[in-house]
Amino acid sequence: MVRKIKNVAGKLYLILILLILYLPIALLVISSFNASARNKAIWGGFTVSAYKELVHDETVMGALYTTLMLAGGAAFIATVLGTLVCIGMINMKKISKSFIIGVTQIPLLNSDIVTGIALMLLFTRFVGLSFGTMLIAHITFIIPYVVLSVQPKVLQLNLSTYEAALDLGASQFYAMWKVILPEIMPGILSGFLLAFTMSLDDFSVTYFTKAPGIHTMSTMINAEYRKGIQTEIYALSTIIFAIILFVLFIINRKSEKAAKLEAESEV
Amino acid sequence: MGKSSSKFLAGPYIVWMVLFTIIPLCMVVYNAFTDSYGAFTMENVSAIFDPVNAKPLWLSFKMSFIVTVACFLIAFPLAMVLWKYSKNRNSFIVMVFILPMWMNFMLRTLAWRLILLNNGFLNHGLEMLGLNHVYLMNTKAAIILGTAYDYFPFMLLPIYNALVKIDKDVINAAKDLGATGFVILKRIILPLSIPGIVSGLTMVFVPSMSEFVIADMLGGGKVYLIGNVIEQAFNSGYADVHLGSGLSLSLMGIIVISMLVYKFFDKGEERSGVW
Repeated sequence: MVRKIKNVAGKLYLILILLILYLPIALLVISSFNASARNKAIWGGFTVSAYKELVHDETVMGALYTTLMLAGGAAFIATVLGTLVCIGMINMKKISKSFIIGVTQIPLLNSDIVTGIALMLLFTRFVGLSFGTMLIAHITFIIPYVVLSVQPKVLQLNLSTYEAALDLGASQFYAMWKVILPEIMPGILSGFLLAFTMSLDDFSVTYFTKAPGIHTMSTMINAEYRKGIQTEIYALSTIIFAIILFVLFIINRKSEKAAKLEAESEV
Repeated sequence: MGKSSSKFLAGPYIVWMVLFTIIPLCMVVYNAFTDSYGAFTMENVSAIFDPVNAKPLWLSFKMSFIVTVACFLIAFPLAMVLWKYSKNRNSFIVMVFILPMWMNFMLRTLAWRLILLNNGFLNHGLEMLGLNHVYLMNTKAAIILGTAYDYFPFMLLPIYNALVKIDKDVINAAKDLGATGFVILKRIILPLSIPGIVSGLTMVFVPSMSEFVIADMLGGGKVYLIGNVIEQAFNSGYADVHLGSGLSLSLMGIIVISMLVYKFFDKGEERSGVW
């Protein structure tokens, strides 16, 4: 009996938190279809006009484009650099290793605002702000997440297979490409994904290092939310949420399949 | 392994981090300790004790403390329930809780604006129920609510990841030996999830301590936090790079000190990351 009550309480708690987590997002979605322009809390009829305007809105579309280019480019470069350093650390002396790990912690421990300010000081002093410096800034604060995801996989590596490949005449590069890389691939992928998410989500670092005239989604919202293009932003957030849901759906299908395979292989 | 050549792979990363992490930080330190003529001064760093800056700092500290504790109190039981219902950390139910984090941070904050505005969803809902309006917009409560919502997944995930690592046999053994649920929680689950808890506390406390944009959006400029002070030092009409750097450096110092206090409880165990 007590156990039953506990189970029900647990489930209720799950549902309650889910409701609170998703309510704001649901309201954004509903607002994007609300024809009432002045107050989104009053239903003024169903409309998709915000979506039509969105397509032609250069501010919003430009920000979306910049955000995706920035996150994609930064996550890619960060993943390459982060993976290389993890492989390079395998045979390193303890001192160099702790140096690298220490440096990796800096952007993690620094609050975003300090990272942003520090990079702004560097850029404005030497080169001036541009898309390139924004890219550098993003790479810098997302690299640690790649290293943190890849390093555990590198530590689990069984180096004998790599040495066997070398003994059988593979070149170092070939053996790394064919033996080490596939084994640490899950870590690389989750590192990339995490880096990409962090870059998409960032406001503070971008805010301080952004070039005049270039906006990401975050800085665009910060500049525009008091003005008139709100409904377009809600429409955009609905589209983003739909894409996220779709990705989740695919992940779920895949993990179900994997679980099924696992269950079958156990039999 | 080809010892000499594989080390070169670390080269680009080291160069990158020196160029874009260490040198910029040195520039912050340099600017913090000099005035506009390049002469040494302690004024910018000690400016944090000036009541004009100390008050927002203390307010930021109090508010991030409340946010962090609230996130922990909500996330820990949730992580326990999730742990019970999920098979692994990639399972569907866990993903459902991470999902809101993939929405843009500013969009999430904007959503809370929609809810809390004086003629927003909350007050319309209350009206429908025949209740009085509440005016949360532009208050500290609104900022605390928004910040806690934004950073909640950063508390949930590390704690959940730590719980998943606990061997269920240990708990079964304790049960067999007659331990009650409370004893198991206190003597086994809590101690074993400390690394996750510490990660969670850090990942919520550090960013909320220097937050300024949530305060702008939900506080309407009426609540002034240390993040706002620093932002103003760089971007307002009276921009002062040296003062801004000094305040940033002090903020960094305060965060590091708070972290050391946390770490005291951490005992150097393995960190459980976000993912």
